[in-house]
Amino acid sequence: MSDSETEQTAAGTEPVLDGREQHRAAVAALLNVAPEPGVAKPDPILTATGVRRAFGGLVAVDVERLEVQRGTITALIGPNGAGKTTFFNLLTGFDQPSRGAWEFNGRSGARLRSYQVARAGMVRTFQLTKALSRMTVLDNMLIAAPNQIGERLWAGLMPWLWQGQEAAVKRKALELLERFQLLSKKDDYAAELSGGQRKLLEMARALMLDPLMVMLDEPMAGVNPALKQSLLEHIKGLREEGMTVLFVEHDMDMVHEIADWVAVMAAGSLITEGTPEQISADTRVIDAYLGAHHDAAQH
Amino acid sequence: MDWHFVFSQALTQAIGPTMLVYALGAIGLNLQFGYTGLLNFGQAAFAAAGAYGLALGVVAFDLPFWLSILIGLGAAMVLALLLGIPTLRLRADYLAIVTIAAAEIVRRLARSTVWAEWTGGSDGMRGFSETFFELSPFPKDATWSLGFVSMENGRLTVDLWLVDFQYSNRDLWIMTVGWILVAIFLVILRLLVHSPWGRILRGIREDEEALRSLGKNVFAYKMQALVIGGLIGAVAGFVFALSRANVQPDTFTTDLTFYFYVVLILGGAARLFGPLLGAAIFWFLYNLLSQTLNQAVRADLIPDAMLSTTQIGPLVFFLLGLGMVLLLIYRPQGILGNKRELMLDVR
Repeated sequence: MSDSETEQTAAGTEPVLDGREQHRAAVAALLNVAPEPGVAKPDPILTATGVRRAFGGLVAVDVERLEVQRGTITALIGPNGAGKTTFFNLLTGFDQPSRGAWEFNGRSGARLRSYQVARAGMVRTFQLTKALSRMTVLDNMLIAAPNQIGERLWAGLMPWLWQGQEAAVKRKALELLERFQLLSKKDDYAAELSGGQRKLLEMARALMLDPLMVMLDEPMAGVNPALKQSLLEHIKGLREEGMTVLFVEHDMDMVHEIADWVAVMAAGSLITEGTPEQISADTRVIDAYLGAHHDAAQH
Repeated sequence: MDWHFVFSQALTQAIGPTMLVYALGAIGLNLQFGYTGLLNFGQAAFAAAGAYGLALGVVAFDLPFWLSILIGLGAAMVLALLLGIPTLRLRADYLAIVTIAAAEIVRRLARSTVWAEWTGGSDGMRGFSETFFELSPFPKDATWSLGFVSMENGRLTVDLWLVDFQYSNRDLWIMTVGWILVAIFLVILRLLVHSPWGRILRGIREDEEALRSLGKNVFAYKMQALVIGGLIGAVAGFVFALSRANVQPDTFTTDLTFYFYVVLILGGAARLFGPLLGAAIFWFLYNLLSQTLNQAVRADLIPDAMLSTTQIGPLVFFLLGLGMVLLLIYRPQGILGNKRELMLDVR
C-alpha cells in the first residue's frame, strides 16, 4: 500500500514535460514488443492472467494473459459481444471472475471490491455516463476527492475539522473544470449537461482521485463530433501527465489517432495485440472484427 | 358549529405530542429516504423497537428508566443491522420488501401470546412512564394567570381570542422534551447533510455505482444512514409510548410507516424542515376535518342518513388520501421541495 501511495503522489506532481518523456520512453519500449496475444511488456502496470467469467454455460471472458504497459494509451477493441465491457468490469471490481488473477501496480486485484480498486489508483468511467444528475457539476467533482476527513460520520458534525481540506479540494476541482471547459457550468445540475459534456465531467471527476490508471469504457459513445476532438486531446493529456489509459472503443479512426497499443478481443478471448498499424494489417482482426462488423451492418 | 373549538383543537394538535411523533419518525425517514434514497418501509418497526425496549426494560425486567431507553436504542440499532447487512448490497427495492416484512414480524412478535407474560400480548404494557413524568418541572397544581397565558390546576391555556391552545400537565412535559429532541436532531442533520458525509449520501441516492467507481464504500454509508434514521425512529417510539403512557402492538402497523411517508412527502423530502412542516400540516388537517365533520353531524348540518359519526374516521382518511393524490399531481416535490430538481430528466 505504501508503495502505491508514493507512486500515486509521484504521478500527480510530476511536471508535464517529464510525463511526455516518460511516454516517449514507453512507446520506444513497445517498439520491440512482438504483436502476439499475451506478449510480455517491459514495464506492465497491469498484468491479467487466466481471467475467465462465465454466465452459466456462456463464457463471456476468457483471457489467457494481458499486460498493459505503464504510461501508454492502450485500446481494447473487438466486435459487439466480444466481452470487452465484462473484462473491464472484472478488472475494476464491478464483477467477480469465475477464476483468474491480476496484478495492478504490484498489488493483487482479484479480491478487491470496486471501491478498493479505485482507491488503489485504477479509476474507471462508464459506457452509459454516470453523472450524479441532481447534484451540481461542482458537487460531482468535490464528491470524488479521496481521503476526505469530512466524509467520516463524526467529523461531519465538526465543520472546522474539514473546511480547510474542503477549500483545497474545491480549488483543485475548479482547476480541473476549467481544463475541461466546464467551469461556466459549475452550478448547473449534471442532468442539464449534454451527453458529451457529461463524458467530460466523468473524466474530470476521475482525475480528482489522482489515478495511476484511467479506464474509459467507450469514451466516444454518444458524443457529438464537435466535442470528439476535444475529448481526444484530453485523453492524450492524461498520458502526458504520466497516467496509463486503457479504453474500450468501436471507432477505429479514434483508435488510430490516440492509441499506442491495441488489444483485440473476440468471443471472450484476446486474439491479438500490436501497434495500431500492425493491427490494421492483421488478417485475424479483419476477419473477427471487421468481418463481424460487416455482418452487423447487413442485418 | 363551534368554529372556535374546531380551529383551537386542530391548532393545539398541530404542535402537540402526536405531531412530534410524526415529525421525529419522518426526520429519521428523511435521512434514509430523502437524502440517501433508501426505501425503508419499516420505520414503524424502529419506533416499536424503541417503545418496546423502554417498556420491557422497565415493566418486565425492572430496570431503571434510562437503562431501558438505552435498550430501546440498542434494539433499533440491532434491527437496522439485521435488515441492512443482507439487503444493502442489493438493489434498493430489496430493502423495501425486507423492511415492510420485518416490520410486520416485529408487530406479530409483540402481540403473540407466547411472550404475553412479559409483553402483554395484544394488550401491550403500561406503567413505565412514572420516572419520566416525575422529572417534569411543571407543577401539577399550579394556578396562575399572566395576560393571555393562564394555568389552572396544571392545565395550560394560551388564549389568543380567535383560537386558544390547551395542554395538560403531561402534554407540556412531553412537548418540552419532544421539541428539544426535534431541535437537536435538526441541528445534527443540518450539520451532517451539509458535510462531505452528506454529499456522499446524496451521491448514493443519484448513482451508487458511480460512487463505488470513485472509491467510496457505499455499503458503509448506507448502513450509517439506516442506523441513524432508525435511532431517530426509536426516539419517535419513546415519545409515542410516553405520551400515551402505554405501548400496544397494533399501533405499530404499516399504516404508521406510511403516515411518516405522507408527512415527509407533504413537507418535502430531502429538505431539512420538510418533516416538521409536513407533520404539522398533516396533523392539523386530520384534526380539522375530523372536528369539522363531527360538529357538522352533531349540529345536524349533515343528515344522519348521509354520514354517521362512526363513518367520519374513514371519510377523513379518504379526504386526506385524495389530498395526497392531488399533491403528487400538482406539487410532487412537496411544500418545501425544489421543483427544478425534481423536473430534471434523470434517466
